[in-house]
Amino acid sequence: MRPDPDQLLARVQEQENKRTRGRLKIFFGMAPGVGKTFAMLNAARRLKEAGVNVVVGYVEPHGRPETEALLEGLEMLPVRAIEYRGTTLREFDLDRALSRRPALALVDELAHSNAAGMRHAKRWQDIDELLQAGIDVYTTVNVQHLESLNDVVSRVTGVAVRETVPDSVIEQADEIELIDLPPEALLQRLAEGKVYVPEQAKHAAARFFRKGNLIALRELALRRTAESVDVQMRGYRQDHSVEETWPVVERLMVCIGPSPFSKELVRAAKRMANQLRAEWVVANVQTPRWGQLPEGVRSRVYEALRLAEQLGAETVTLSGSNISAEVLNYARARNASKILIGKPAAPLWKRLWAGYILDKLVEGSGEIDIYAVSTRKAESAAPAKVRPKITPWRQYGVALLVIAACTIVGLVFHPHLHLANVVMVYLLGVVAVAMRSDRGPCIFACLLSVATFDFFFTTPYHTLVVDHAQYVITFVVMLAVSLTISGLTFRVRNQAAFAVEREHRTETLYRISRSMASAAGQPEMVKAAARHATETFGGDAAILLPDETSRVAVVAPVPGSEWVDGREAAVAQWVYDHGKRAGRGSDTLAAAAGLYTPLIGSQGRALGVLAIRPPGDMLFEDPERVHLLEAFASQTALALERTQLAEVAKNAEVEVQAERTRSALLSAVSHDLRTPLATIQGAVSGVLEQGTRLTPEQQRDLLQTAHDETEHLNRLVHNLLELTRAESGGLHLRKDWQSLEEIVGSALTRLEHRLLGRPLTVDIPADLPLLFVDGLLVEQVLLNLLENADRYSPADAAIVIRARATPASIAVEVCDNGPGFAPGEEHRAFEKFYRGSSAKGRGAGIGLTICAAIVEAHEGQIEAGNRPEGGAWVRFTLPLTEGAATAAAQEPMNRV
Amino acid sequence: MKGSNAPPVVLIEDDREIRHWLRVVLEAEGYRLFFAENGEQGLTETAARQPDLVLLDLGLPDLDGVDVIRRIREWSKVPILVISARGQEQDKVDALDAGADDYVSKPFGTKELLARMRVALRHAALQDGAESAVYESGKLRVDLAARLVYLDGNEVHLTPNEYKLLAALVRHAGKVLTHRHLLKEVWGPNFVEHTNYLRVHMSQLRRKIETEPARPRYILTESGVGYRLQAN
Repeated sequence: MRPDPDQLLARVQEQENKRTRGRLKIFFGMAPGVGKTFAMLNAARRLKEAGVNVVVGYVEPHGRPETEALLEGLEMLPVRAIEYRGTTLREFDLDRALSRRPALALVDELAHSNAAGMRHAKRWQDIDELLQAGIDVYTTVNVQHLESLNDVVSRVTGVAVRETVPDSVIEQADEIELIDLPPEALLQRLAEGKVYVPEQAKHAAARFFRKGNLIALRELALRRTAESVDVQMRGYRQDHSVEETWPVVERLMVCIGPSPFSKELVRAAKRMANQLRAEWVVANVQTPRWGQLPEGVRSRVYEALRLAEQLGAETVTLSGSNISAEVLNYARARNASKILIGKPAAPLWKRLWAGYILDKLVEGSGEIDIYAVSTRKAESAAPAKVRPKITPWRQYGVALLVIAACTIVGLVFHPHLHLANVVMVYLLGVVAVAMRSDRGPCIFACLLSVATFDFFFTTPYHTLVVDHAQYVITFVVMLAVSLTISGLTFRVRNQAAFAVEREHRTETLYRISRSMASAAGQPEMVKAAARHATETFGGDAAILLPDETSRVAVVAPVPGSEWVDGREAAVAQWVYDHGKRAGRGSDTLAAAAGLYTPLIGSQGRALGVLAIRPPGDMLFEDPERVHLLEAFASQTALALERTQLAEVAKNAEVEVQAERTRSALLSAVSHDLRTPLATIQGAVSGVLEQGTRLTPEQQRDLLQTAHDETEHLNRLVHNLLELTRAESGGLHLRKDWQSLEEIVGSALTRLEHRLLGRPLTVDIPADLPLLFVDGLLVEQVLLNLLENADRYSPADAAIVIRARATPASIAVEVCDNGPGFAPGEEHRAFEKFYRGSSAKGRGAGIGLTICAAIVEAHEGQIEAGNRPEGGAWVRFTLPLTEGAATAAAQEPMNRV
Repeated sequence: MKGSNAPPVVLIEDDREIRHWLRVVLEAEGYRLFFAENGEQGLTETAARQPDLVLLDLGLPDLDGVDVIRRIREWSKVPILVISARGQEQDKVDALDAGADDYVSKPFGTKELLARMRVALRHAALQDGAESAVYESGKLRVDLAARLVYLDGNEVHLTPNEYKLLAALVRHAGKVLTHRHLLKEVWGPNFVEHTNYLRVHMSQLRRKIETEPARPRYILTESGVGYRLQAN
């Protein structure tokens, strides 16, 4: 079977990443004291001797003489001293290592947790940044620090390990070297005092370093190493297309609930997924009761989900009242072949009562395998007790009032009503209470209604005693019915509330995506995104985008984005460079005021950064908010990408247009350029070669012709340049205050030679307000119009320039007495390369096109037509700017 | 035509063809020409030859033309005439504001170039001696000493600012003055951005001294750069 092309592509990309990324080698051991650091230093020394640029970033200073001897001669980076609660902590200095840029850095203890105030919470994050910077890293870690083995190790050894490393870090290592030592030898070393054990951990160490423990740990370490060798082996086989068929990718689904063992279940699932080489999805079903669960229980679910994400699972939150049905539906939709669920810890009666989920799952599973995983009793975790929220006494009061009202109604109508109807009135009351209240007041109302019914309506009256056995049946049935009704009503209500909340979230995202989709252009879109982020998450939000040098900065600032400066901007830069979330409430740079989320586009590249400064002390801990934030970020990224693609498409369109213009231009002007050139060449060569045979007058005449033709060429080239400028990326206007009279004067002066002897009327009112325009370009418009008027009319026909002010603009008209435009061709005059049929002389037909481009760039209008008395007119308007009229009034005209 | 008293001119121009025809034309007019192909060489030549005039092309391969002007102005008042293409008006304004005396736009005719050179040389000569107190061109006569303006023999009444504007132009007759220069001289350094003042007063001034303000004879508009009073 051939390798899947997508998989091959992913592999190539991985290798490319690795080429620029540094290589990670992990010295892996079963326990402290097996000699990881020793082996690491030995390896580093060999490389150093081979000429590799090796630097010791950090090595635990355990004071072992053999270790210290090995450090001799290796370059040591100074550590960073951090004051923490009175003691000085020594930490690896990431920035120094990055600026030193060695080929290989040694950083001991991969699982170490950094002191507060360092950039990252964990050392493995430091190392990840080194690798990203292209620096190779050697590090050490013990098996008990692996996240997925953490619970197994603590169960085996009875010692809890708090510092853990995500499995993905180990999985991404390029090389894992197992440092193995038989347990006997390790115990021997321990007895000889060769293993460093901190004073305060002596007791724990005694429990830890037991032969049984060590054997178990050694087995774990060996198996883990074997697994990673296996993964590499498979990678090799895929690369080299070694026989063997592709394993069908299995998908594992794990259901977690509010149980305290959820994390354990997640770890077990990770191990199983690893062994099966399966993808895994962790699902949590939120039932209508979700909202009633105490905060602690909910956060337990969130923690488990987060752990699952860290271990590489996909997580999903489903909602519905029937857990098993939701799980099975989703499993079918995702083609999961196995479902993992924890063995129930609830007592038997409760399981029988509630209908045990596992049974229901098995019942409906069909082709899907169901695994029930046993979880041990955790000593610390109290069982998840579902304690309803404290109901305000008001609700009990309301229940009391409602039942009292029912009683009054019953008493009023009692003489006329059958008892069954009185019962109905009470049931109605119970439903009314259930629609408004929590569970407690509902039950209270049920009990109270039965009690008052007994008290007031059954003989003997006004006692709780009954004289007839059938009343007992009435009470029981009434209680059962009212409890059921209230329960159902309550559930329906909760479901509705839950649905509303979900819908609200979906709607928020929908609204956001719609408003981003409708935003015109990137700045608008970015503004909309920042505004929505503020509305959705509270606090202040801003979007940072990179410039050409990949420095991110706030673009299109919205009110309240000023806080992203200096230090905060540096955090945003880090997030952009590394494509990872950082800032307040995250594991990286947690001291920042804001939380920074990268906007990752479909290419997996960060396009920008979403910055949010939550109000007050609030953190983004609630995974639902984090999920919403992520959904928001990815929508923003998509929208950004869309606008950028639109921009690219537009540029391409402009380019195509420009290309078309260029080729059309080339064919149109080649004639117009060659003709004057031919004339000039002819005239000048005539003077050069026949100089002596020509009279001085003839020579002068030839040279004058050449001179006139150069003028013509000059104008043509200038027009071409203007057109190219207008076509490629638009005209850049240099606006300033201009007087139209002056512009007209300047244009007439430039054409003086050409218009010599032609009757010319200039009709410009003296009180015309100033224009705020690009004077040179407006002069170009006039030059072109005057040249056209000259070209298309007889030499002695009059030309009229007329200007008029309207309240908002100035209209300028140039009229000639020529034949005018051919009927119906008026509007075609502004088309490129259009030439009137009555053209005298030459022209590439681009003059009016340039005029139109210039006038439109000034937000004016241009049109053309024929005068009733014959001849053509072209009129353009330029808008007036505020303040123009007051310019003249600035200065009183005192006489000298 | 060449003689020991022929005015020395340094031409800083990187194009060989332009250098060639300028040599023919200018030597025929009696100037002594020294060439430089780039800015650095131009600065050396200017320092070594102590010319009466420098012709400077703004598009040099090594240095920014405006920088060349600034560096010459550190130690010399020699008139600098800038050669630049049309459409690069901002460059011309920058060059003039940096201390250049005037400019010609490529392509240009010899007539225009020679006229500009003559004006620049005359102004340089005047700076050493007394300033001419009376300006006359066509029907216009301005008496700077008496602060009076006549058109066709009749006195013209100007407002103080109109007069200041005209007087500034008269003192540099034949030379282009940038908008910035005129605003600074008439209204003061705080008003260099207020082009609207200049436009309004110029239009009123022209109405008083030009017969056809839309086709001015005396005060010519240099589009995008400034104004020039016709040389007397």
